[in-house]
Amino acid sequence: MKKEFVQVISQKEIAHQIFELKVQGEVIAEMTSPGQFVHLRVSDSFQPLLRRPISICDVDVESKTLTMLYRKEGAGTALLSQKREGETVDLLGPLGNGFPLDTLSSGQTALLVGGGIGVPPLYYLAKQLKRRGMNIVSVLGFQSEQDAFYNEKFAEQGEVFISTVDGSLGTKGFVTDVLKNEDINYDLLYSCGPTVMLKALEAQIPDANGFFSLEERMGCGIGACFACVCHVNGGAPSDYVKICSNGPVFPIGRVAL
Amino acid sequence: MKKLSVSLPGLEMKNPIMPASGCFGFGKEYAEFYDLSVLGAAAIKAATREPRFGNPTPRVAETHSGMLNAIGLQNPGVDQIMENELPHLQSYDLPIVANIAGSTEEDYCEVARKISLHPQVSVLELNISCPNVKEGGIQFGTDAATAAALTKKVKAVSAKPVYVKLSPNVSNITEMALAVEEAGADGLSMINTLLGMRIDLKTRKPVIANKTGGLSGPAIKPVAIRMIHEVSQAVSIPIIGMGGVSSAEDVIEFMLAGASAVAIGTANFVDPYICPEIISQLPELLEKMNVNHITELIGGSWKECGTPSLSR
Ligand SMILES: Cc1cc2nc3c(=O)[nH]c(=O)nc-3n(C[C@H](O)[C@H](O)[C@H](O)COP(=O)(O)OP(=O)(O)OC[C@H]3O[C@@H](n4cnc5c(N)ncnc54)[C@H](O)[C@@H]3O)c2cc1C
Ligand SMILES: Cc1cc2nc3c(=O)[nH]c(=O)nc-3n(C[C@H](O)[C@H](O)[C@H](O)COP(=O)(O)O)c2cc1C
Ligand code: FES
Repeated sequence: MKKEFVQVISQKEIAHQIFELKVQGEVIAEMTSPGQFVHLRVSDSFQPLLRRPISICDVDVESKTLTMLYRKEGAGTALLSQKREGETVDLLGPLGNGFPLDTLSSGQTALLVGGGIGVPPLYYLAKQLKRRGMNIVSVLGFQSEQDAFYNEKFAEQGEVFISTVDGSLGTKGFVTDVLKNEDINYDLLYSCGPTVMLKALEAQIPDANGFFSLEERMGCGIGACFACVCHVNGGAPSDYVKICSNGPVFPIGRVAL
Repeated sequence: MKKLSVSLPGLEMKNPIMPASGCFGFGKEYAEFYDLSVLGAAAIKAATREPRFGNPTPRVAETHSGMLNAIGLQNPGVDQIMENELPHLQSYDLPIVANIAGSTEEDYCEVARKISLHPQVSVLELNISCPNVKEGGIQFGTDAATAAALTKKVKAVSAKPVYVKLSPNVSNITEMALAVEEAGADGLSMINTLLGMRIDLKTRKPVIANKTGGLSGPAIKPVAIRMIHEVSQAVSIPIIGMGGVSSAEDVIEFMLAGASAVAIGTANFVDPYICPEIISQLPELLEKMNVNHITELIGGSWKECGTPSLSR
């Protein structure tokens, strides 16, 4: 965990309002765990004031290059999308705990389920699991075809199913519809996406084994401010986890969604 | 670095800078970024009698040059704090300001009695100004007689000096300050957050689950400066100033207003190194201003014999 001004290598819009940002810096050599995130300062003024949490989507440790994918949402990500090659970004990271990589053994199958802007961290995960000899099946959900990204990249790692809400690409509906329609055999589930999607997954696969990556509004991003706290299932009422420093990845069922 | 030392009741500080309560946890996280011994002091997160979970999320929302928070005094309770959180601070040369909160006078006194005995704790900071909990603090912070009565009771049981943290959400902050001074407070710390709200245009509902939250960050700095300027002229106890500090220049401004030490809150979230950075910039800034010792600045905006700066 360090703070560094990293250099923008490239920035491009790869789908509707979805940007791929590549940066280079010394600290990137530490980013070996998929599911971790970075906290970016997008302006040197007080507007906007807080950092923005963005997942690690891919890392080339050799060339110390980090790839991030983000959706241009509000003021912060709009400013980020204006960063050009050669400019710097104030990056704090890597933060949080990533997906465990040693739960499966070689030859077993990992099911990766991503929704919208929850898809990015699963890409680095897919690559790392595949390198360890596991089979990858990915189910990616988007609003429509114009919002979809990285389908081919995931296809390089294993079988891919797509769902879109309007049916313009793949199965019409949600990732849960894909799981209903297709008979996918897998050993462990890894998922990241909106909380409604994670809840639907929990409801549809009650005995699911695996890991969810969660999201919450953040202040510090390092565990000091108690902004991102969630209740724990089956714990005392005062038991909690912090999404930023205890997560964002948790075993399925641990955190009350 | 001698130029920077300040001395307040119970606090011998090598420089006037401390992280503000609630913005520094119990120090562990920031200890991964720098040696906490460089700090003048550190204020830890509010301790209550029992563990508290706090408010539902979202607990924070960004605003223009600031943020709203409604954490709700989440903490593991005074016993756990003393057992698990304070010991690691032993390894630093760092006076600790223990922020305490409660719902009743008995709560406050129980926490004050216990935590003031901890060898790691230098002074108490009585939080009567948290705007984010229904019971706990703010009712003590908006009525002068209630605040004075609580201060007196806590003073009677505390083994360490007591600072009272004032709320800006009052019509006459000087009246509050005078009341707690009269009741025996050793110092003041001000200001806590300003009560605020944001509404989401899409959902048409408040962004923060608690609806209201406390505004902090650069946006509130002028309010803090005005209040410290006013209160410091009325009381004779020292003030720990805070509210939007994010540069060495801000620190000077707070001291000129009348603060004897300065706490930094929200800026830690923007830059985890902000406290050591400001501390390292202060000597050069003092030199530029032709100030020999930082204490010369205290109240310089209203004291007649304040040292004039070169630029004047
Ligand atoms: C651990 C984690 C990883 C993330 N990874 C990615 C990613 O890889 N790609 C991506 O596009 N988005 C990601 N997000 C969401 C991303 O942080 C928000 O979309 C972004 O902060 C929005 O900022 P804004 O200024 O554009 O929007 P605004 O709505 O103007 O932001 C206002 C405030 O709300 C916060 N906020 C808004 N939306 C979210 C959200 N969904 N989650 C948390 N805070 C939010 C902002 O940080 C800011 O403080 C991630 C969030 C978390 C918590
Ligand atoms: C997330 C957060 C949590 C806080 N928690 C506490 C607290 O537990 N006790 C307290 O006295 N003040 C608390 N405060 C108030 C700060 O200590 C400080 O008075 C205020 O934020 C103004 O300073 P700033 O603008 O530098 O943040 C909190 C502030 C923030 C932003
Ligand atoms: S964002 Fe501050 S504790 Fe998680």
